[in-house]
Amino acid sequence: MAPRTLYDKIWNAHVAHEAADGTCLLYIDRHLVHEVTSPQAFEGLRMTGRKVRAPEKTIAVPDHNVPTTLDRLKGIDNEESRIQIDALDTNAREFGVVYYPVDDVRQGIVHIIGPEQGWTLPGMTIVCGDSHTATHGAFGSLAHGIGTSEVEHVLATQTLIQKKSKNMKVEITGQLSPCVTAKDITLAVIGETGTAGGTGYVIEYCGEAIRSLSMEGRMTVCNMAIEGGARAGMIAPDDTTFEYCHGRPNAPTGETWGAAVAYWKTLFSDSTAHFDKIITMKGEDIAPVVTWGTSPEDVLPITASVPAASDFNGGKVAAAQRSLEYMGLTPGTRLQDVTIDAVFIGSCTNGRIEDLRAAAKVVEGKKIQDGLIAMVVPGSGLVRLQAEQEGLADIFKDAGFEWRLAGCSMCLGMNPDQLGPQVRCASTSNRNFEGRQGRESRTHLMSPAMAAAAALTGKLTDVREIL
Amino acid sequence: MEKFRKITAIAAPMPLINIDTDMIIPKQFLKTIKRSGLGISAFHEMRYHLDGSDNPNFILNKEAYQGVNILVAGDNFGCGSSREHAPWALLDFGIRCVISTSFADIFYNNCFKNGILPVVLTEDELLLLMKDAEKGSNARMVVDLENQHIQTSDGEVITFDVDQHRKHCLINGLDDIGLTLEKVTSIDAFETQMAQSTPWV
Repeated sequence: MAPRTLYDKIWNAHVAHEAADGTCLLYIDRHLVHEVTSPQAFEGLRMTGRKVRAPEKTIAVPDHNVPTTLDRLKGIDNEESRIQIDALDTNAREFGVVYYPVDDVRQGIVHIIGPEQGWTLPGMTIVCGDSHTATHGAFGSLAHGIGTSEVEHVLATQTLIQKKSKNMKVEITGQLSPCVTAKDITLAVIGETGTAGGTGYVIEYCGEAIRSLSMEGRMTVCNMAIEGGARAGMIAPDDTTFEYCHGRPNAPTGETWGAAVAYWKTLFSDSTAHFDKIITMKGEDIAPVVTWGTSPEDVLPITASVPAASDFNGGKVAAAQRSLEYMGLTPGTRLQDVTIDAVFIGSCTNGRIEDLRAAAKVVEGKKIQDGLIAMVVPGSGLVRLQAEQEGLADIFKDAGFEWRLAGCSMCLGMNPDQLGPQVRCASTSNRNFEGRQGRESRTHLMSPAMAAAAALTGKLTDVREIL
Repeated sequence: MEKFRKITAIAAPMPLINIDTDMIIPKQFLKTIKRSGLGISAFHEMRYHLDGSDNPNFILNKEAYQGVNILVAGDNFGCGSSREHAPWALLDFGIRCVISTSFADIFYNNCFKNGILPVVLTEDELLLLMKDAEKGSNARMVVDLENQHIQTSDGEVITFDVDQHRKHCLINGLDDIGLTLEKVTSIDAFETQMAQSTPWV
């Protein structure tokens, strides 16, 4: 057999039908569903009298609209949010899919609870009406976002109509320097490739620095593959992956576990497999980074200064000028002199236990700047529980952070967690788009440790000077 | 889904690169449980001032672009969130075709599911159409899917590529799910085989 990439292997194992023109029906192993992108799909099924083909492979959870304040079980004030969550509740029960309602301790951001509950396993095809589905590629699965029409298609047929993407390899060699994290890797890669650099590709991340990451870190890296334009990001499974999966509620057990691991160990790119595009970066060269603009490709080391529009070429000149105006930044200003008004730690990018540990380590025994809006939003009820058991919640609360319930929260502000105009936020989320965290709000993306450091000083801060 | 064969229409230039789906339809409009009615909120933050009044500088608010059906846009159009509300909003606004040098993957797929034709051209070709679009209502652009070409108001013709399966579905307004369900025996067979080979799935 010709040498194959990890992506080739998983793709080939899921083609249920191939037409003469190469259009394939790709079988979908797991379909994750949240309240924002699914109501029209379920309504479509109802109108055509169709059923959910594999309800046991369909997992639903509300996350985008849910308030994260402690009183949320009393009900949701915003009528539209309430209707959307109620619609998911009705749809989940009527169509009989797996469901974690808002009052279940296992509720959380869909991309956090999928892995946590063992629904996400190596070698699977996983989709969700959400671009950050790429997260699940950390397990060596093919995972990507889809639109609502495709959600309906998967609900009805358990397949997607697909054409194969090209293969791209992103290799991070060597080791990371102290205080440099998975978030810095994934941002640095987008800074290098641009937000359209991955368009048409599935990325496989590899190299020693990737291998050394925990599953939490790998999920952070793959999560933002979409921000680089790629269909999906993936990392070949290894002992770290198997150890994470073992014992999870929906992971295989006993003899089946052994058979599964034996299969998973075949999921790697053959040494001579062909990649259409290869990017290599040295782990040692990656610094703690922040974004300065309104595109995730606007990445600079924290030690740099705000660029000028004239530093760019082509269409990026006008885009950079617009970004600078939107962000209220003057070219030449040291990034470390930029003062912030808010800190958000959470999201499907950085709302896992390891992220909270990293942030807590920075703020332990210290106080955040007075007057900051500062919140920590765990990615799931179980992450929250674990953080409380480990004493992290107390560290955050003592430092002056709000300690919230699980949800997508201020990553996109579909719930009440939004920023006002011109409010500047150090955020561990994934998008710094105009208006993302609230109309005319200003987002700087960074790692949890960097966001925690910014909370202490009230400015964008080099965490290496604090730890 | 509405069929798409050929349209002759006003085109609007939006040269900004990386127009993301948050710009096309901001979060507060994603709370709907319907597909319709989003046109009034398309490009909300560019289109309206904070007090809700029209921003007269926004291209689609200008007199010359009333009734626009085609967008000629900068690179990487539709990046970011997978929200299909973006093409729903464009369609409801009246947009049937978006032309750019590249599109984000999910947005590109979403367009075809909603009767919108996304066309990928080279930089030079896009520049030519951008200039033509600047003429506003003084000009009409022709987008002909059957013959895979675009004609400027000056009569210049640019050809484009499109996946033949998608073209077929768009021209005939076909529902993907119906087509897939015709292959249900293949899906059944695949599931049976998979239950044996990877029973943990």
